[in-house]
Amino acid sequence: MISLRGICRHYRLGEQQLAALTDIDLDIAQGEYLSIMGPSGSGKSTLLNQIALLDRPTAGTYLLNGRDVTSLPDDELARIRRENMGFVFQFFHLIPRLSAAENIEIPLLLAGIDPSLRKRKVTEAITAIGLAGRSAHRPDQLSGGERQRVAIARATIMQPSTLLADEPTGNLDQATGKQVIDLLEDLNRRGVTLIMVTHDQAIGGRAGRRIRIVDGRIIGAG
Amino acid sequence: MRGTDSILLAFGAIRGHRLRSSLTILGMGIGVSAVVLLTSLGNAARSYVTGEFSELGANMVIVLPGRNETTGGIPPIMGETPRDLTLDDALALGRSPVIREVAPVMLGSVPVSARGLEREVTVIGTTSGMEIVRNLRMARGRFLAAGDPHLAAPECVLGETVRKELFGADHSLGEWLRIGDRRCRIIGVLAPSGVSLGSDLDDMVMLPVASAEILFNTSSLFRVLLQVDPNLRQEDAAREIRRIIMDRHEGEDDITIISQDSVLATFDRILLVLTLGIGAIAGISLAVAGILIMNIMLVSVTQRTAEIGLLRAIGAPAGDIRRLFLIEALLLSGLGTGFGLLAGILGAVLLHRLYPLLPLAIPAWSVAASAGTAMLAGLVFGALPAIRAARLNPVTALTGR
Ligand SMILES: Nc1ncnc2c1ncn2[C@@H]1O[C@H](COP(=O)(O)OP(=O)(O)OP(=O)(O)O)[C@@H](O)[C@H]1O
Ligand SMILES: [Mg+2]
Repeated sequence: MISLRGICRHYRLGEQQLAALTDIDLDIAQGEYLSIMGPSGSGKSTLLNQIALLDRPTAGTYLLNGRDVTSLPDDELARIRRENMGFVFQFFHLIPRLSAAENIEIPLLLAGIDPSLRKRKVTEAITAIGLAGRSAHRPDQLSGGERQRVAIARATIMQPSTLLADEPTGNLDQATGKQVIDLLEDLNRRGVTLIMVTHDQAIGGRAGRRIRIVDGRIIGAG
Repeated sequence: MRGTDSILLAFGAIRGHRLRSSLTILGMGIGVSAVVLLTSLGNAARSYVTGEFSELGANMVIVLPGRNETTGGIPPIMGETPRDLTLDDALALGRSPVIREVAPVMLGSVPVSARGLEREVTVIGTTSGMEIVRNLRMARGRFLAAGDPHLAAPECVLGETVRKELFGADHSLGEWLRIGDRRCRIIGVLAPSGVSLGSDLDDMVMLPVASAEILFNTSSLFRVLLQVDPNLRQEDAAREIRRIIMDRHEGEDDITIISQDSVLATFDRILLVLTLGIGAIAGISLAVAGILIMNIMLVSVTQRTAEIGLLRAIGAPAGDIRRLFLIEALLLSGLGTGFGLLAGILGAVLLHRLYPLLPLAIPAWSVAASAGTAMLAGLVFGALPAIRAARLNPVTALTGR
């Protein structure tokens, strides 16, 4: 359960203040499928970064499963991200010199899990995304869709309770995008909270819950 | 994150930029091998010189007339005229139980002639003890006889150069030689020994010290060479020598004692300082290589901003990032050190092959110091890029803003 109360995020640009988010109140229950839409520059990514605990709010409170995490130290936030959050990005953000399997393995590495267990989990994950035969391939040897699937495997390898996706299909053609969405929705059906920022009405419309942001405020919920 | 995983990940990053990494490693390697090679050269020079000195014969002590501090003390302002060192002083030293052998030395340059050929030659008046103290070997005949040193026997021993110039291929043993206004019979020729301790033993004539006293019309010795008891420490021997001479010189301590040990120690010190200096200069290249590493690591941090952002986003604490980049810098300097040591050692071996005279040994301290300095340079110069990487804000790093 994620609860945002009065979250504001202001950027200081020289003398000026830019309000990227203003007074956001948002509750997201475990297992929800939430899409965030809105015009470019409206604050969608800023909001997602707040939910992801990647960025600190200028004002407001963040409760994660009832615990106030607003002002926890950085390392503690990193641990929460590692254990509770999975990330899928528009630009995949795979490490170019590592193979598909090694990219998927990174969160396990960071968590200090021992090598034999790591190997088993990675094999499982790469089979689940249908890329078992490509595990030794580097990202530049994979198509966009395959890269995003690797990224999803990496995001889910720690079995997080929440998946955060910022325009996961933004760099993919429609058919490939559909595959990726299917994969994410499948995870959601198995109980993972899915929060997705998208420009695509059709994709956003599939979500069980849709919010719209304009100028840093939530103006509509559906 | 586990230590081994960090190292593997950092190593992967190094392998990811083969050219860049190998150039950095090369830079560090050149620095390390320069230190190793130059210090072992310095060390070789040191052992070469000290080796030359030890050939003089062990336990040799030289006594000079006059107090003459070689260790750098201020000489007395009121110049006390030193008493001469005489043959009797030398013989008194010879009677001491701590002294094995004594060789007085009287020195001068005198015209020497034989068969109408004449030439100016260094003439040494000494006793039979000289043969033992200076470890002399005879090419022909025998050395001066061991009789009463006060007897001016008309005998002399030639160095090889003098013999060749005066007699050429002809027979010299038993011939008469005119030395100044004295005549003496050649009883022996020294085997060639080259220059040692700054004097060319091949280019001189030796005759009994009593003959030299008459020849030079003086009783003062140039110096006295002694061979002391090898079981005695040289400073104890020096004390005993001083005591004997003071007894004979009315309590006046007016001699200077040079022991092989002290000469060796002085040379050793000078050359060690020299070697350290050379090593330190070569060490500067290690600092340069360290800066190279810093530069490469800063480039690496900039290029891998998105990667750092990703790692932070998926839950790597800042400390992990810092550690990864530090390990990377240390791996670069470590690999450089490894290759540098290898190259330095190979170079030293090669030099030894080319110049077998140089007693080339790589000093352990230079290996330790260069490796230590290289790793320290990696640590110090890797710290800034690592701190910078760890400070990156994950959101801005990810968006490349
Ligand atoms: N680090 C920053 N410094 C200054 N301004 C920022 C920063 N990050 C975001 N902004 C500003 O905050 C506002 C919201 O940005 P955000 O990235 O959340 O928009 P978005 O809705 O995700 O847009 P898009 O659909 O183009 O991705 C924008 O006006 C943007 O310029
Ligand atoms: Mg955005």
